[in-house]
Amino acid sequence: MENENNNSSRRNFLRLGALGGIALAGTAIAKAVTDEAPKETGKKVKVLTADGKLVEVDSSHVEHHAMNDNYTSEEIRQGVKGKKFIRVIDLGKCANERKCIEGCQTAHNYIAPVEYIKVKKMQNSELESPYWFPTMCYHCDNPPCTKVCPVDATFKREDGIVAMDYDRCIGCKFCMAACPYSARTFNFGKPEQLKFTEEHGNDTSDPNHCRTPYAQEGTVAKCDFCTDRSEKGLLPACVVECPNGAILHGDELEDVVTNGEDTFRLKKLLQDRGAYRQFEELGTKPRVYYLPPVARNFPFEDATEAHNTKD
Amino acid sequence: MSIDKAESVKYETFTQEEYMIMKDDLLRPIEKIGIGAKIWIGFLTAVFLAGVFAYYLQETRGKYVTTGLRDYTTWGVYISNFLFLVALSLSSVFMSAILRLTNFQWYRPLSRIADVISLSSITMAGICIMISMGRADRLHHLFIYGRIQSPIIWDIIVVATYFVACVLVLFIALIPSLSTCKNHLHNLPKWQLKMYDILSFGWEGNAEQWKVLKKTVLILTVLIIPLGIALRTVSAWLFSTTLRPEWDSTNFGAYFVSGSALITVATMVIAVYAFRKIYNLENYLTEMHFDKLGQAMVLMGFIYAYFNINEYLVPAYKMSGLHENHLLDLFVGEEALFYWSVVFFGIAVPSILPLFRKMRKPLPLSIIALAVLIAGWFKFYLIVIPGQAHPLLPIQDVPETWKHYTPSLIELTIVAATIAGTLLLVTVFSKFFPIISVWEVAEGKLEGKEEIINYK
Ligand code: SF4
Repeated sequence: MENENNNSSRRNFLRLGALGGIALAGTAIAKAVTDEAPKETGKKVKVLTADGKLVEVDSSHVEHHAMNDNYTSEEIRQGVKGKKFIRVIDLGKCANERKCIEGCQTAHNYIAPVEYIKVKKMQNSELESPYWFPTMCYHCDNPPCTKVCPVDATFKREDGIVAMDYDRCIGCKFCMAACPYSARTFNFGKPEQLKFTEEHGNDTSDPNHCRTPYAQEGTVAKCDFCTDRSEKGLLPACVVECPNGAILHGDELEDVVTNGEDTFRLKKLLQDRGAYRQFEELGTKPRVYYLPPVARNFPFEDATEAHNTKD
Repeated sequence: MSIDKAESVKYETFTQEEYMIMKDDLLRPIEKIGIGAKIWIGFLTAVFLAGVFAYYLQETRGKYVTTGLRDYTTWGVYISNFLFLVALSLSSVFMSAILRLTNFQWYRPLSRIADVISLSSITMAGICIMISMGRADRLHHLFIYGRIQSPIIWDIIVVATYFVACVLVLFIALIPSLSTCKNHLHNLPKWQLKMYDILSFGWEGNAEQWKVLKKTVLILTVLIIPLGIALRTVSAWLFSTTLRPEWDSTNFGAYFVSGSALITVATMVIAVYAFRKIYNLENYLTEMHFDKLGQAMVLMGFIYAYFNINEYLVPAYKMSGLHENHLLDLFVGEEALFYWSVVFFGIAVPSILPLFRKMRKPLPLSIIALAVLIAGWFKFYLIVIPGQAHPLLPIQDVPETWKHYTPSLIELTIVAATIAGTLLLVTVFSKFFPIISVWEVAEGKLEGKEEIINYK
């Protein structure tokens, strides 16, 4: 599950520079570079220092938060003040390369066939052309899942994220029944996954690593907009990993979304490009918008390969 | 004491002299436990323990290995079986309380059977909720963090309340019988006599006590009806409060209530048939009861058919994209054979066959009832499981097992254990307490008079 990152180091830098939260992110990472010299991993990551210089350091110097440094129940409930995370997906750019899926799996330490983000083949009618449709938790503003949760284990934060408290969830799966987008997945305790969590649960070497790892056995997991990364002004794993920049992540209040390469004014983008939300009629008010698959970057190529065949 | 045809149209009455015989008849099953009963109890206990062991395996080995549940079908047989047990637990409402309030006098020998079935099945239904939880060890979170906005909390509140109501209805109406047991049964272990003594709460059978007892029973009878309807409706809301088109129906509460009414009639037929045969209670549970229950079955069958038409045929007429996959799957697709068998045995058979007098005889009616019960169990399966197979966004690129749920052996063992547990509770109850309410039957005779038989 090692994440190869060499071909995207330039983009990594650009991505860091893209968000308004650049200064904040730089400081955070610079602060995380420790004085002692732990065992070198040989893997280089670029970080931005407080005075604005880009330096390359060994990944072992960068302190990631470990498993035992996860959010506490109180922490995860606190949204970031003055932020409203939002996402726009450009369907014209998705070529089903599945990098977002793999990136997400690595960042959150879980393995296939579980996918927080799924890419589906959609075709509205025979005369229309098919297109690839990445779906994930839409972090709805009127979330049907949080409404039904008996213990407030899934809830809406003030920064727009629908978060999960794995320590509280009782595993009733009502939220899964309630979600019209099938965005949630349950940890049934698959032995391979349990083993993986045991071995790699503390593995923070992935540059996209998230402090919100996979759910405990018997609880529900889902896309969390890479909560800690979003908080710090970093881009979520799927956004970073998408080679085509199909996923744009940002802040509604700041009116900006970016895929790390291009940055857009959110409102203008939505208005100019005829954006829509999936199943608007359900009244769930998703925080994920889609740009229709027009002006495509690629012709549609059907994927004959099924990836998740093994249970 | 045999009842001839002409009389069987009216409800049964007994003279005071007959009362002594009646008492003996009804107490006999308590005095001696035959070898058959022992084998039956042993069998049920074995199945129940097998379920306990299966649950232990499920919790220690993990649900991925032990159950067929995967993403998409996250609610399996535990939930559909829960719905079925809740249906059984409405026996008290439909086969006792409503009949009692509407003066159908034939309820009298049935009421206690109905009440004990209710209590047993609601107990098992409660256990089912726990079994289906991903983290049963966090049960207490429901109390610490419970959110009243969640239908699961409503369900837990109403299940708990209904359970208490069932206990009260059963045991308060039992007090005079307990005193009968205490005074007339002698060859029993000491603790058992002591138990009768304690549970009869100093009952003497004086006029004042009777007044209080009857008032309490009446209040509970009135109370249990809305409680039972609430229980059934809330458990339907677990589904209809979601945005899934298969479940998103304003009809759901009433549809579930009507289905449960039919299931309670069928349950009652089978219970009456069994008790009558095994405990030789032909004089109390008469052919007239089967006749009446058969008629009730037709009525409930038609009401249930009406709600089914609303639930399935109206959406089928429109065949919107939201319902299409699910309905076609049921009508002509993968589940068609399953679906139509359930419709045939669960709706057509009970609505039509008992229209014929011959079919309302004990044996044929019991066979029909058994078919209705089995179809009723599968009906809930068809509501819960295929209802999850067609989410709004298509299921793609997942392992085969994620698309098609098949309950595992462990799940089926646990389900069998909950059914065995229900039967076990009913059987054990009938071995310790008279399964027919002596005083209610006797009172039928003295209807309208002030005096009441004193048991001493
Ligand atoms: S499964 Fe967990 S998060 Fe979902 S509704 Fe139940 S308790 Fe809440």
